[in-house]
Amino acid sequence: MSLLGRHDKIVLAHGGGGQLSDSLIRQQILPRIGGSDSPLYDAGSIELWGGRIYISTDSYVVKPLVFPGGDIGKLAVCGTVNDLAVSGARPVAMSLALIMAEGLPMDLLELILDSIGRTASENNVAIITGDTKTVEAGSADGLFINTTGIGLGRPGVDLGFSRILTGDLILITGTIGEHGMTILSQRQDIGFQSVLTSDCASVLGLIDEVLAFGGSRVKFMRDPTRGGLAATVCEIAAGCGQCIEIWEDQIPVQPAVRTAAEMLGLDVLNLANEGKVVMVVDPAWADECVKLCRAHPLGRNAAIIGSVKEATGVPVVEMKTRIGGRRIVQMPYGTDLPRIC
Amino acid sequence: MGPGRDHISLADIGQALRQIRSACCRIQRPIRIMEVCGTHTVAIYRHGIRQMLPKEVQLISGPGCPVCVTEDAYIDLALELASKTDVLIATYGDMVRVPGRGGSLERCQPAGKVQVVLSADDVLALARSNPDRIVVFLAVGFETTAPATAVILQEAIESDIQNLCILCGHKLVVPAMKALIDGRNTLIDGFLCPGHVSVIIGSNAFRQIVDVYQRPCVVAGFEPLQIMAGLAEICTMLAEGRAGLGSVYRAAVTPDGNIHAQQLMARYLQVVPARWRGLGLIPQSGLAIRAEFGRFDAVQRFGLAWPDHRESPGCRCGEVLSGLIWPDQCPLFGDPCTPQSPIGPCMVSSEGSCAALYKYGRHVR
Repeated sequence: MSLLGRHDKIVLAHGGGGQLSDSLIRQQILPRIGGSDSPLYDAGSIELWGGRIYISTDSYVVKPLVFPGGDIGKLAVCGTVNDLAVSGARPVAMSLALIMAEGLPMDLLELILDSIGRTASENNVAIITGDTKTVEAGSADGLFINTTGIGLGRPGVDLGFSRILTGDLILITGTIGEHGMTILSQRQDIGFQSVLTSDCASVLGLIDEVLAFGGSRVKFMRDPTRGGLAATVCEIAAGCGQCIEIWEDQIPVQPAVRTAAEMLGLDVLNLANEGKVVMVVDPAWADECVKLCRAHPLGRNAAIIGSVKEATGVPVVEMKTRIGGRRIVQMPYGTDLPRIC
Repeated sequence: MGPGRDHISLADIGQALRQIRSACCRIQRPIRIMEVCGTHTVAIYRHGIRQMLPKEVQLISGPGCPVCVTEDAYIDLALELASKTDVLIATYGDMVRVPGRGGSLERCQPAGKVQVVLSADDVLALARSNPDRIVVFLAVGFETTAPATAVILQEAIESDIQNLCILCGHKLVVPAMKALIDGRNTLIDGFLCPGHVSVIIGSNAFRQIVDVYQRPCVVAGFEPLQIMAGLAEICTMLAEGRAGLGSVYRAAVTPDGNIHAQQLMARYLQVVPARWRGLGLIPQSGLAIRAEFGRFDAVQRFGLAWPDHRESPGCRCGEVLSGLIWPDQCPLFGDPCTPQSPIGPCMVSSEGSCAALYKYGRHVR
């Protein structure tokens, strides 16, 4: 029997990007659609006409539709652009599907569509096809969006779990947890709203810079969205079959996010990000990569936060804590729930 | 994190560790300290404190996770209430995954039926914005959350909010500590006492544990330095052969606590015997809504009956909560009992001692 047990019904945590999402994909979805056991990346790719074509799709169901730092439209474009970018692809075109609930205010829809148009244009991505559907009031929380992006591989760039070696360093491009904590505070009305802003942004420009100089010295990239940094480093450890050690005192966190997380009993490592990248890089080039990131507006707080260690058994992620203790970092279960006292 | 937050000073932590080591040298036997509060348990794991301590110091996780000690009969009543069409359940987040006999709120209820709340205001707002439904608040927790329940009752009475009632499952910390020492073959040498609870009840509430049972009690906050300093103070007392009452959380905790909150609780809630998951019935260890406010009691309002008490077969959470075994000495630990499929209460909450060990320390022990 699976450790996750059998769920008779879908629960919210199945969409949390943690263990439960992973088990749904591997146990229910992939075997039924002819999917393989090979590693799962943010974008899939196929060899076509002498080049590598990348495809990524994502659906956006964020609530509220507009939040400090962004809105569902900006998120829907940035999210798919980011998934292609961290796969090493240059996004070229995108589809846009809107599922709108009866009663969605037209003004709000227009505001979101303007945001979509602006963000796509900033990223040089053409929206070349789309779809609209409406559903009864109450069945889609106002608006759901799906975007599917197509990108082209870059010559000289080769990213994948298999390229990760013992001694490689782990880098994050900035402070963690802002998106997750912003959305949670908006939903829960917990009084942190004034100081929290989502980091929602396209990381394409930052990745362009890093790949242009780093080339094959960049081994792997992933954007730590749902499940946060914890999920991403756990996926990297499992994907490459090696242990990872991260250093708590090196992980950048805004004080407001840390305080809010502590008050709610949440682990900042599990909070979602929408404008950050975790990179695994050649140790000889890591300092250079940090400098490169810090020169970009989205990478000012970039830092080396850990390293790849040889696995002595099961590949695990271990964190050296701020006070010098050690603990295991686990794949989050689903979505974290605020706790009492 | 409110008052009492420290900036971490590695030098101070080093100093506390030296104090602990020196006490260990003098004591020359294993020292077993119970951290009563689940938030301490999680902080100890999150900061990797256990691995920093000398091996003579064993930390035992106590019954201080309110969700852990909520009996499954309570969850089943909550599920029964949730199944009524006109009811909306308001609950603290970590109750959502607690299993009763009939499943958990997460698995059994459609989205929207169960609303996660963080405060008394949230509960009152939910009742006001849903006048056509009856909001049932799942009132659980220790003296930290009980004043919020009293505030809800006060406001509901003063503003005549009729579509609100409470399933009261509050518990009291000190009676459980006494029961742990009294009724069981426990090996606990001292207690690290919970900061949040002490803000309400005051550090003097632990005086009887010190005087009657001769166990050192030190109140600490949840920053690593406070935890380490609290442990150091307990170890020093043990080395000196005395039981004292200490506090390393003076910024927030006074000897008498928050009198206003205590009065508010006393006005609306009364002390009753309570059944603790894993520990059984403990006298004077729970809070119920006073009879004169019975119309706000969900059990009375809906004419329900408490289901019979029953523990999950094979589950040794009771012994874990008593400090008699480590979580991973339970045959169910890790397989089949995990945070994803919890059987016992200690695996349910992120504060639960089993969940904390599973998440952060599986490789250590």
